[in-house]
Amino acid sequence: MSRLTSAATEKRFEMKTVTFRIWRTDENGGGKFVDYTTEMDEGMVVLDVVHKIQATQAPDLACRWNCKAGKCGSCSAEINGMPKLMCMTRMNTLPTDKPVTIEPMRAFPSIRDLATDVSWNFRVKTQIKKFKPRAPDAPDGTWRMQQEDVDRVQEFRKCIECFLCQDVCHVLRDHHKHDEFIGPRFLVYTAALEMHPLDTENRLPELKQAQGVGFCNITKCCTKVCPESIHITDNAIIPLKERVVDEYYDPFGWLWKALRPKA
Amino acid sequence: MATNYETSEYDVLVIGAGGAGLRAAIEASAAGVKVGLICKSLLGKAHTVMAEGGMAAAMGNVDDRDNWRVHFADTMRGGQYVNNWRMAELHAKEAPERVHELEAWGAVFDRTKDGKILQRNFGGHRYPRLAHVGDRTGLELIRTLQDHGIHQGIAIHMEHTIVTLLKDGDRVVGAFGYDREPGRFKIFKAGAVVLATGGIGRAYKITSNSWEYTGDGQSLAYHAGAELMDMEFVQFHPTGMIWPPSVMGLLVTEAVRGEGGVLRNKDGKRFMFDDIPDNYKTQTSSDPEEGWRYTQGDKNAKRPPELLTRDHVARCINREVKAGRGSPHGGVFLDIAWIKEKIPNAAEHIKKKLPSMYHQFKQLADLDITQEPMEIGPTTHYIMGGIRVNGDSQMSNVPGLFAAGEAAAGLHGANRLGGNSLSDLIVFGKRAGEYAAKFAKDHGAGQISDAQVEEAARKALEPFDRGAKSGGSAEGPYQVQHDLQEMMQSLVGIVRREDEMVRALDGIGKLSERAGQVAVFGHREYNPGWHTAIDLKNLLTVSEAITRSAIERKESRGGHFREDFPNKAAADGKVNVVVKQNPDGTMNGRRETIPDMPVELKQVIEEMK
Repeated sequence: MSRLTSAATEKRFEMKTVTFRIWRTDENGGGKFVDYTTEMDEGMVVLDVVHKIQATQAPDLACRWNCKAGKCGSCSAEINGMPKLMCMTRMNTLPTDKPVTIEPMRAFPSIRDLATDVSWNFRVKTQIKKFKPRAPDAPDGTWRMQQEDVDRVQEFRKCIECFLCQDVCHVLRDHHKHDEFIGPRFLVYTAALEMHPLDTENRLPELKQAQGVGFCNITKCCTKVCPESIHITDNAIIPLKERVVDEYYDPFGWLWKALRPKA
Repeated sequence: MATNYETSEYDVLVIGAGGAGLRAAIEASAAGVKVGLICKSLLGKAHTVMAEGGMAAAMGNVDDRDNWRVHFADTMRGGQYVNNWRMAELHAKEAPERVHELEAWGAVFDRTKDGKILQRNFGGHRYPRLAHVGDRTGLELIRTLQDHGIHQGIAIHMEHTIVTLLKDGDRVVGAFGYDREPGRFKIFKAGAVVLATGGIGRAYKITSNSWEYTGDGQSLAYHAGAELMDMEFVQFHPTGMIWPPSVMGLLVTEAVRGEGGVLRNKDGKRFMFDDIPDNYKTQTSSDPEEGWRYTQGDKNAKRPPELLTRDHVARCINREVKAGRGSPHGGVFLDIAWIKEKIPNAAEHIKKKLPSMYHQFKQLADLDITQEPMEIGPTTHYIMGGIRVNGDSQMSNVPGLFAAGEAAAGLHGANRLGGNSLSDLIVFGKRAGEYAAKFAKDHGAGQISDAQVEEAARKALEPFDRGAKSGGSAEGPYQVQHDLQEMMQSLVGIVRREDEMVRALDGIGKLSERAGQVAVFGHREYNPGWHTAIDLKNLLTVSEAITRSAIERKESRGGHFREDFPNKAAADGKVNVVVKQNPDGTMNGRRETIPDMPVELKQVIEEMK
């Protein structure tokens, strides 16, 4: 039964050591990189190594994690400078002949070590108008929707709120427009609501004004780091931009609105 | 003085922000009372996100023969008839309405051809019953509740942990805990408290549960005088990842088998046909071809034995491994790739139906499940037992203390059917919120004495005092936790024996002494060593409850398998094991007769046999 032999079992593994250069904060709000060298077991992900260091060398090393399966979006960090989930980054994808740097997400204020203050994201979400369905229209008091009509929304709803897209977005990270721009995560969230077949709310005025959809200049960094491979820019942000343009900047639209008979 | 601590006042305090906690908080706030919600992690990260397959509700969208009576009978059969029948009845009746409510709040389930909510097959469910979104149904549930809940005026305390419940006489009137970020203590006053803290998986070495699942709710309730019930019934999910070692225990959804995946031993044999329990014989196919047709929606076909209940499948896997017929890393093979013999574009089909599983194996094990079989083995997944509650109101024997979801006992009896957990969360989360709000309105706030608060604060800080005194030489909490997990795994695991469990009790005693001496270092801000030290008490409490209950049940039933009593005992089928704290602080285990089922429900079970 050769087809029952798992590929992973055939690979040889030799015990290797690795040095993690981890950002440790101090009590004055500053911080520095500290090196920890440890042995790696086969198949380890970055989070395993961090846990091993926590259990053996640095018991007070702060990091967030929950599911360890890429489903909860808690363990976001910058690994060798790239925003990633620590639980889904396998050690064999990283060069181990030099230290692996582990930093917190830099677009958010530090709490301690690898844990950052992401509360801004939760506040932003409350400002987006909630789902408002049309009245149920099927005989049994529910709704009918076709799969092809919900495929698009289901892609957006895969989001695990890891906030890596917010971390990498230069509008937030470099230009600190947190008061004027809601960031890719919440544009995806808004798109999921706006494109929901049952939704009747209109979120375009806020998108244009307070939520700043225009700040996005489509560099697609968010799409690149999304662990759920959501086509953030192409499928969510650009269609939202188009809707805003159609509503507010289309000259034929203006003309039509100005000339149409009033109800 | 306790008055130095920041104090929040609520009518209802919900501890735990997974599906059950969020649903309870939403219901309580909808009843017009002031609600506080405690999350151990960030909002939306609770273990509910890990639920994959779906939520069971007899809507009959795919097979119109389904209705609450069939769902009730399936749940009772799966639970081996020691369930709280009232909860099983309410659950089966109310789940469809709760699922439709989620749709009204924005959930986007997969659809049938005629535009209804699609339902899939799952172990122990007679008809396709699980509303789902690919294999990420839990994420859809928690996000829907979260996004609805944040507009309900609920005060949300993220990254807070409760260390003790506060009482006024017999009644629970609040809770005391800490905020992880600054490490500061806080008091939460409440007219009623709902515990929705989930499970106990971290008491075991191999588990699908995250760090949070340390039995907090069960332990908080127990120490506040509540009864725990059915704690011997721990569900070992048959299919967890076993390779590479760092992902051991990670769940592989039952939906793989629901979509046609089969289990084979190292000889390539589908061993599940070898042992089909009598009470499932009439529902189970005896040839692979019929089993395949069942998974593809043939209403006249019977289900394949891979979709028998989880307890049974886990034991069959265990048997194959022990008999030397296991896979290279001590499990068996789960094969979905084989369906390419049956359908065109099988690889695309698998990726569409099981996207998370495809990515999980691709990324974590370098394995393409559309081409190769997975290696899997049992993993500690769920506890059927928990806080004993009233089936209608979800209130425990302690006035003002409610429980819902995995933290509560009753619905699932000796074994939970897949898909009955998510529906449990929304059915009984709602009920707990509703009745807690009513209780708070009727009874108002209580008095909290400074002494209880000061005592709790002193105990919580002891590990720091020891750390300061020891100068670095004392044992830290991680090793004690690790040793407990190793011991529970080997002595109170899938297959149990009296002598081993007695040894485990002795071991728990010794570990408790060590836990009372652990030291932590550094400061209180976001200090995981300190958090682990505090969680140890809960882990030890639930481990003792599991072990004592398992010793008390001298038979094999559902998730509880005794090598020294391998068969079911009729007398034990009429009782639940209940544990409670004695006045002297020791744990008391006793057997309690299950109340007689009403005639109507007995008839339903007879009809469905």
